[in-house]
Amino acid sequence: MDLLEYILGKSNYWASIVLMMIGLHAMISKNNLIKKLIGMSVFQTAIILFYVSSSAKRGAKIPIIHPHGDHADKADHAAEAGHHAADAVHHAIDATAYENPLPHVLMLTAIVVGVATLGLALAMVQKVYAAYGSIEEDEVLAAIAEATANGASISMPSPSDSPAQGDVSPS
Amino acid sequence: MSEQIPLLILLVPLLGAVGLGLFALRRPAAAMPVVFGALGIAVLAAIHTLLRIVDEGGSVITYNLAGWDRLPERASGKAIGIEYKIDAFNALVLVLITAVALVNALYLRARIAVECAGKEILYAVLYLLLVVGLCGMVITNDAFNLYVLLEISSLTSYALIGIGRRRAAHASFNYIITGTIGASFYLLGVGYLYMQVGTLNIGDIHEVLTASAELRASASVKVACMMIMAGLWLKMAMFPMHGWLPNAYRYAPSPSGSLMAPLVTKVMVVVMLRVMVNLFGLDYLFAELNWRPVIVGLACVAILAGSLLALAQRDLRAMLCYLIVAEVGYMVGGAWVGNEAGITGVAYHVLSDACMTFCLFLAAAAIILRTGEHRLGAFRGAFQRIPVAMTAFTVGAFSMIGLPPTCGFFSKWYLLQGGIEAGQWHYVAALLISSLVNAVLFFRIFEIALFGKIEVPETGVRDVDALPRDTWERVPAATKVGLVVAAIAVIAVGLLNRPIALWIGKALNFIEVAG
Amino acid sequence: MTVETSLLPVLACLASLLAIPAIIAFGRRPNLREGVTFAAGAIKLGLVLMMLPGVLNGTIYEFRFLELVAGVGLEFRVDGLGLLFGIVAAFLWICTSLYAVGYMRAHHEPNQTRFYAFFALSLCATLGVAFSGNLLTLYIFYEMLSLSTFPLVTHNGDKAARTGGRTYLTYLLGTSVAFVLPALVYCYVKAGGDLRFAAEGFLRGKVEGGEALILLLALVFGFAKSGMMPFHSWLPNAMVAPTPVSALLHAVAVVKVGVFCVIRVVTGVFGTAFLAELNWALIISWAAAATILISSLIALTQDNLKRRLAFSTIGQLAYIILGVSLLTDGAVVGSIMHIATHAVGKITLFFCAGAIYVASHKKYVSQLDGLGRRMPWTFAAFLLASLSIIGLPPFFGSWSKWFLFVGTMEADQWAFAVVLIASTLLNIAYLLPIPLRAFTKPLPPGDHGQDHDHHGAHDSHEIHGEAPLACVIPLCVTAGLCFVLFLMPGLFHRLAELMLVVTP
Repeated sequence: MDLLEYILGKSNYWASIVLMMIGLHAMISKNNLIKKLIGMSVFQTAIILFYVSSSAKRGAKIPIIHPHGDHADKADHAAEAGHHAADAVHHAIDATAYENPLPHVLMLTAIVVGVATLGLALAMVQKVYAAYGSIEEDEVLAAIAEATANGASISMPSPSDSPAQGDVSPS
Repeated sequence: MSEQIPLLILLVPLLGAVGLGLFALRRPAAAMPVVFGALGIAVLAAIHTLLRIVDEGGSVITYNLAGWDRLPERASGKAIGIEYKIDAFNALVLVLITAVALVNALYLRARIAVECAGKEILYAVLYLLLVVGLCGMVITNDAFNLYVLLEISSLTSYALIGIGRRRAAHASFNYIITGTIGASFYLLGVGYLYMQVGTLNIGDIHEVLTASAELRASASVKVACMMIMAGLWLKMAMFPMHGWLPNAYRYAPSPSGSLMAPLVTKVMVVVMLRVMVNLFGLDYLFAELNWRPVIVGLACVAILAGSLLALAQRDLRAMLCYLIVAEVGYMVGGAWVGNEAGITGVAYHVLSDACMTFCLFLAAAAIILRTGEHRLGAFRGAFQRIPVAMTAFTVGAFSMIGLPPTCGFFSKWYLLQGGIEAGQWHYVAALLISSLVNAVLFFRIFEIALFGKIEVPETGVRDVDALPRDTWERVPAATKVGLVVAAIAVIAVGLLNRPIALWIGKALNFIEVAG
Repeated sequence: MTVETSLLPVLACLASLLAIPAIIAFGRRPNLREGVTFAAGAIKLGLVLMMLPGVLNGTIYEFRFLELVAGVGLEFRVDGLGLLFGIVAAFLWICTSLYAVGYMRAHHEPNQTRFYAFFALSLCATLGVAFSGNLLTLYIFYEMLSLSTFPLVTHNGDKAARTGGRTYLTYLLGTSVAFVLPALVYCYVKAGGDLRFAAEGFLRGKVEGGEALILLLALVFGFAKSGMMPFHSWLPNAMVAPTPVSALLHAVAVVKVGVFCVIRVVTGVFGTAFLAELNWALIISWAAAATILISSLIALTQDNLKRRLAFSTIGQLAYIILGVSLLTDGAVVGSIMHIATHAVGKITLFFCAGAIYVASHKKYVSQLDGLGRRMPWTFAAFLLASLSIIGLPPFFGSWSKWFLFVGTMEADQWAFAVVLIASTLLNIAYLLPIPLRAFTKPLPPGDHGQDHDHHGAHDSHEIHGEAPLACVIPLCVTAGLCFVLFLMPGLFHRLAELMLVVTP
């Protein structure tokens, strides 16, 4: 029974871990660059899930505070009421009744970061495709090896080269 | 008013970047002046901050973003906003970051039109944002804010690498994958920690941990520590997770390489130090967790592997990249030796390694520019052909080998002292072996430089990366200035090691270093 | 013993450093350039001699500045030992510069400006070692010397020079980084942050038996410039250098720096009393004795004159180490004086070897029969210097040999006395035949000086005489010194005696 409790009771953590592992596996072992990116997305989403799930509480309310306060709570904590309204609101809050808003906020940032990373990575994949004509890792590596053997210049362009606008046709 | 000066370090480059991005997209000529201006102001602000802290005897400047000060009347007195904290060591690192970026900009000016033609403004935006990210990472006192800034620096560095030609995109892609894993591990670790401790402010986390023995013994805090460390090590290219670094810095446009190589991994080490000293606390790390033998052992392997791999390289920049891997091993090993000398050594080594790596990368870039060759053959007759760059390279090389009076000698001194005091003989041996391997490495180059005849490579081994002869350029004057500044810095940081070590000790709250 | 703060040691050290820009500036006007070298040499010698009266009276000149690591700064300290070495180095620099002028010009050597510049730098490092006040300063100048002599050793730039240079650095940098550096930091840790040479050694009471042994071995063998076997190979291989380099650096400056460092380790780091308590010094004595015998035997087999002299140097240096490791008064005094006596003798021998090469292009002992008739001055000097090295009166070398001998008696080490005698016989065997055969044997028939030289065209049918005057004068001066100083050993003896600790 303990084991079952352990698995079901922490189901959110399990879900998060499983997703993380799937994402990690995809990032490392898939050959297709886009699949790697999908894995990266899954990985980051798993972490977001982890955080967000940690903010949930049984029977908790959405963390929006009514400006006049909750009457029942105010009555309970009347003795601790502060000097002005803001303080009264603060003192009147029973934090355990509300979901923790902080992880949500943090994850908003993390989502933005994830989106930016994904966008950047997709741009890189586009560049790789333009340079080597493939988005399969092994084919790209083969194309690189071939290009090196043919004496292509790597990273120090000469002034006589035409400025590339990012789409160099594979040669 | 002058209280706001520390903020200028972050704000001015940020506004510069945003301004360029919004208003100057069609005016590439605006790129360099804005970069110089923004970084110039940032350097001055950083120096002002450092001097202010030194004048006040090592005080700490605390800055709460958006004015969310701590609420003292609440029982916990915990921070509710994002706090920035600048102490003596942070201030030194800020000066380092902004100064290196500024001096590198001298080199950038010569290359931007060539290597990033048509993308100058975009490149400048990325450049400034990277500086912002790095500076912020150093001074933030909030664990999640650290993640945000970590990702800002990482994203900009991915782009700064990928903006190059050909192989750069693929190298950047690999970097993206590895870097994201690292940052995500860090985020996960912070999540674990937050769930147990309830706060994200680094100082407060430390207080909570020291107050509660139960938390210290808990497995989730241990796992948090492990994940945060793993994430940081991925980011700083600690062996065996270093695979992304050589390709990324080698194929990047050369001004990116010479900006990122000295700074990015070192700032990650600074973050690791912060996490170790300020977040978890050395007591917790060394008394409760007993990872030191494993980590120092791994660091020794990193040092040896980096040095030996560097020896095996024929390409100049690849060789320097593997040396970075070895240096990261020095720093991780020194930090996890755990005593005062070791940690002071690592903190000092951050400054010293940044200077000498910068010197070497800039000199290498200048030499490649002048001779058109990427391999060691580029050094033929270098003392006559490219005297300034070669002298700077020599100073950097002596520092890597650890010859006095360069900064590399003094950082080796502190690290050796730390290793000997803690009885970590394998670490001491690894440091010495690495010095010897570096000596072999660099004297091989000096031999070519002193004796190699300037040949026309018509026959023999063809340098596949060689540029056509008509593209060999003279080293621009601004770059020469940069090289001289870098070389002087290597020696100056060495001779000033006592004051620097004292300020580091104050900042990291050690008792005054014995002496 | 009064201690006085004075800038003199720093200035003496800097005199040649500051000459370097002038040497480079006058690169195109060789006479002016050489003039700068001589002027710097004279100034250096003058500054060193200015400290002589004070030191003889027991004053120690000190100057400290620039804290490098916690508690340890760049420190200069001139005592008897340092001043003795300083005088020898500064004076012989002037002689060697004159010799170098003759040699380099006769051979039309390229890159002469580079040569003189690095020469000056090496002398700055040498005096830095001589006048260092703590182990860290010693190490810094030691490394500086290794690096500044590298371009001198590899001056010729050909394959042999490169290989020689590589061996040179491998041994010297390798041992110093692998052995001396950790030992240095360890001493720093154990001694609580103080590395200053003290009369009784600064490690006294701070280290135990086992670690003291390891430290001693690390420091003695780590300063590989002292030529202790098995780290001696750099010296014969460095003979690819032009003879002026070989002469000064390998017969005087570089190797003397090595033994100087060993003497400092024994007297200033550990202290003779502490080492006597520990009993480990005997290991060093045996290692030195082995080095003496083996190198003398190898010298017998060498036909290349400079290599023979190199192995002779290794043996002579081991005398110094043997002496100082015996720890008795006589032995220590003898070994310190041997720095001076050997320097004067050996430099003469190298000058002669170089002069022979310049004049006749002969490098091998077997070719030297009868040459004494053509080059009487050279071989006469060679004879005098050989006798000094062998240690026969009335030559300077006899004084130091005598004290060393007395020292072995004082220490009750008869075995080492036997080693000294045996090696003296070997010295006779590998040194004396050279001048004797040169004077007594007839010239080989059809003597056309073997022209394997690649520098400059030399008419092999020309009957040659002495080497150029600029080469011959210095060697006569130093040979003369071998005799004159026999009559006046007092100065050196007094300077060496100052190093003895007066036990209350």
